[in-house]
Amino acid sequence: MPFIQFIHKAKNELEEGGRQSAMIADENEPTKPCPNCRRQVALSELWANNNTCGCGHHFRMNARQRMKFITDEGSFNEMWQEIVAKDILKFPGYVKKLESANNACDEKEAVICGTAKIGGEECALFIMEPYFMMGSMGCAVGEKITRLFEYATENRLPVVGYTVSGGARMQEGILSLMQMAKTSGAVKRHSEAGLFYLTILTDPTTGGVMASFAMEGDIILAEPGATAGFAGARVIEQTTRKKLPQDFQKAEFLLDKGFADAIVPRFKQKETVAYLLKMHNGGSTDGNSEETL
Amino acid sequence: MATAKKPYDIVKMARANARPTGLDYINNVFEDFFELHGDRRFADDEAIVGGIAKLNGRPVTVIAIEKGHNSKERMEHNFGAPNPEGYRKALRLMKQAEKFKRPVICLVDTSGAFCGIGAEERGQGQAIAENLMEMMVLKTPIISILIGEGGSGGALALAVADRVWMLENSIYSVISPEGCASILWKDAAKAEEAANSLKLTAQDALELKVIERIIPEAGIGTDAFFKRVQRLIDKQLAVFDKHPIDKILDKRYNRFRKLGAQ
Repeated sequence: MPFIQFIHKAKNELEEGGRQSAMIADENEPTKPCPNCRRQVALSELWANNNTCGCGHHFRMNARQRMKFITDEGSFNEMWQEIVAKDILKFPGYVKKLESANNACDEKEAVICGTAKIGGEECALFIMEPYFMMGSMGCAVGEKITRLFEYATENRLPVVGYTVSGGARMQEGILSLMQMAKTSGAVKRHSEAGLFYLTILTDPTTGGVMASFAMEGDIILAEPGATAGFAGARVIEQTTRKKLPQDFQKAEFLLDKGFADAIVPRFKQKETVAYLLKMHNGGSTDGNSEETL
Repeated sequence: MATAKKPYDIVKMARANARPTGLDYINNVFEDFFELHGDRRFADDEAIVGGIAKLNGRPVTVIAIEKGHNSKERMEHNFGAPNPEGYRKALRLMKQAEKFKRPVICLVDTSGAFCGIGAEERGQGQAIAENLMEMMVLKTPIISILIGEGGSGGALALAVADRVWMLENSIYSVISPEGCASILWKDAAKAEEAANSLKLTAQDALELKVIERIIPEAGIGTDAFFKRVQRLIDKQLAVFDKHPIDKILDKRYNRFRKLGAQ
């Protein structure tokens, strides 16, 4: 019962006074209802706790916010910001949709990439953006991810990736689908160079991203309560006309079925990622230390 | 080969019951097919039929998604919607082909990977992802032919290849036109419009450099037609024979690498 355990942990943290922000909420402050415990949570409390409620519920988080909490201060060096979506197929309404996505989150695409340090460990990092067309993967996202893996292979860096995605982006048609193969090829080359790739599945990771680089990590972590699966739950319900299990496609379900290595709550992610990077020797297994045998 | 047919007419043709299915190609393009079953992990998925066969005398591994022609066959083959064990069986046969230096021929015809509780429990996403990675580096030539529907990730999982060809009236799409219409316009009836926008015909795929060849459907289902397909594959394999596998793999990587590159 990992989720229950986690709920207790989060509460202990609060009780220990580790989250001082719970005390600064005043009555006039804007709040947001927690879908898990139904409490009205003050926004300042959410901000101070990386968008998690004291009950353990993880709210959605934009890519910049994530980057700030996971990387060492000032260490993120963003790359390929200039790569943005093009309306190659002249798909109805796509240009407008891109504009409103851009306005919604101030990002130019559904992923940010670069190099960073996490707990002192250097890595290549990508973080997908849920507020840009629900992190959908078109050519620009595929290109950025592919370039990141190629850069990491060349510079012998491990890759850490946060996934969130509704899947391949319909508005770029078949070329979006091809990004699944393209990114997978780059991941495989990185892997064959003996380098380490860590994915962290966040809510929701589905479709074409789930069926490509999200599931290709050497180690796959998931955020508590995150939905991750290939087909949408509603589609499955309609197709099979069966009631779905309660935790269907949740992080806990993935752990149980053997498709995630661990569920790691947000407040433990930085130390966990840093530990895993250290354990993989900065991600490199170049085989130059064969002193014995 | 510009035709007056509308994209949605082609969608209907691609799905037509009478169209030759994977097994028709296996039985008519190849000789002495011997079917191999099971993924050695969970089960045998009959949505995917695979095994060894000869193509013009040469040993090959052939893997086909099979839809079936009538309702009995369609049930048997789960309407050509593979489960994770189907993709894992396919990968097993591909690795075997690599070991014994046989080329791999994939025949793709699916509306998509199966949407089901069991499929998710057994990691549909992971199974597809693994095929994408492993096919990219499989040390033997791969030809994939889309013979009917090329539905999204479930089709791509058998189409990371050195050559991807499409039948004239087959389709290749990131999502079904019905699915696209219901998500974007909340109206599945607008599928025709979606089919126009998605650019899912063989001609579109050729123009976007997603495929290398369109196979004309004149005489589809006849001996002459299957013979033509056989000759195309045979000629292509002869080209691969002349090149070292490392070079073929670099080209395979770059084939996909340049799609949507900036």
